[in-house]
Amino acid sequence: MKARTLIAATCLVGLSGLAAAEYPHAARDLAATCANCHGTNGKSVGGSDALAGVPAANILQKLQEFRDGDRPATIMHQIAKGYTEEQLKLVADYFAAQK
Amino acid sequence: MVNRRKFLKTAGAFTAGTAAFGTAQANDLLEAGRNLLRDLGKKEEPKPAAAPASSPAPAPVKAGGHVVVVGGGYGGATAAKYIRMWSDGSVKVTLIERNTQFTSCPISNLVVGGLKQLEDITVSYDNLRSKWGVEVITDEVIGIDPARRQVRLGRGPTLTYDRIVLSPGVDFMPDRIAGLTGNEHLVPHAWKAGPQTVLLRRQLEAMPDGGVYALHIPQAPYRCPPGPYERACMVANYFKQHKPKSKVLILDANPDITSKKGLFMKAWDEHYKGMIEYQPNSRLLSVNAAARTAELEFGNVKADVLNVVPPMRAGRLVDFLGIGLANDRWVDVDFRTLEVKGLPGVHVLGDATLSAPAMPKSGHMANQHAKVAAAAIIEMQAGRAPNPSPVVMNTCYSFVDSESVVHVASVHQWNTEKGTLLAVPGSGGVSAMASKLEGRHAMSWAQNIWADMLA
Repeated sequence: MKARTLIAATCLVGLSGLAAAEYPHAARDLAATCANCHGTNGKSVGGSDALAGVPAANILQKLQEFRDGDRPATIMHQIAKGYTEEQLKLVADYFAAQK
Repeated sequence: MVNRRKFLKTAGAFTAGTAAFGTAQANDLLEAGRNLLRDLGKKEEPKPAAAPASSPAPAPVKAGGHVVVVGGGYGGATAAKYIRMWSDGSVKVTLIERNTQFTSCPISNLVVGGLKQLEDITVSYDNLRSKWGVEVITDEVIGIDPARRQVRLGRGPTLTYDRIVLSPGVDFMPDRIAGLTGNEHLVPHAWKAGPQTVLLRRQLEAMPDGGVYALHIPQAPYRCPPGPYERACMVANYFKQHKPKSKVLILDANPDITSKKGLFMKAWDEHYKGMIEYQPNSRLLSVNAAARTAELEFGNVKADVLNVVPPMRAGRLVDFLGIGLANDRWVDVDFRTLEVKGLPGVHVLGDATLSAPAMPKSGHMANQHAKVAAAAIIEMQAGRAPNPSPVVMNTCYSFVDSESVVHVASVHQWNTEKGTLLAVPGSGGVSAMASKLEGRHAMSWAQNIWADMLA
């Protein structure tokens, strides 16, 4: 049992290692494109939604609603359409992990 | 580690030296150098397989070295902060800037219109020093030697770098308009925020009611596409309240309004009917600075306040690089790294670059360039490959009156086939209408981006 867990863990590390070998900072770099309005690492200094520490599911849902035109917006509906679903997920996860 | 550093430097100098050869050759050599670096990096790192499965993953190689950033505007200040932040302080950063404080071009039209003061758009460099450990030097660069990787300062000592980031913005070409050179105190551009902004404001204040304010817009590409039309709104807004018999005359060298056309035309019609006159295809040939007259291709114009935004090019700082400029004006960069094509170790950001398709020359875009460059520089300093597919986005807010604002936004993703950043089809766009809500967003944008650069 222990050996099997170890093998599974090694496989997981191996897989994530592969993904990371491509480029490990994709989420960080994508999230940085939001900082102009939402503050460095999502820590808004006021006037825009602070994103740091907000649960990823909440951020992702909002972004998807903006993208699909289901949430009223001045600008976010236009911006959300510029990112892929995978990129929106990375951004949401990154901000959720910020303290 | 020491040996590797040494090698990095040697290899850097070597690849820089090859820039004088044909581009293809230089690129081959550069690629070979990068592969060497990568191989060397691999040898130094413990192989993940060798580590026991239970131990944490090996710590990634820390980037090291010294990056000199020249120009502390939207691009340079952001690059300085983000290199320090993302390298956990392992890359030393020196920022050379000739001004002691940052003054923002965005929002400066509100100073022209009398709604804000210069202090409201001025931010200190103190946090870059105290919080991020950037060495900020107030000085002028008087020479760059890309082969030796050295930069000479007007007052301070010559600095040696591993990589240099130039964020020089634009410089003007007043010589393209006869009579303009040396007369910027009479015919201001106010297209770099600071004393020129205040000068234009003073001239507008001194102008009698019933006077004419003429604004010349150069042919695109120029810094801040919607900026001139916002300025026309801000001046008209001031006239409407204080000098209602006065006129705003827009002399546009372009065949049409270059940005947010429908929104600006609507604002002019709704708020400033009869006050703003727009003349397309108005190429400016010469000015009589003392008389405030402008000679256009078709006819002459007499103004009381003449505001000429001259044709522009990459900041002259890039002339030290000894490279050819695209269209004799802009620096051709690889948007994955912002590294100058054919000149390894030199990164150029912001307005000075040859823009990718549909990419505006804006402070927001310069900030985004800076983050792509910062991430790439840290990876390259650690001997790793940079982000293969960067993304940047842009937002420009323009005031149409004292409270209402319109925007234009775009998102640009790396396109491998075209080898550049391209606007994502179906994304981006302009405001549905001007609104006070976006007026609040514009000011919040300013506070957040200034903090993103400098706090």
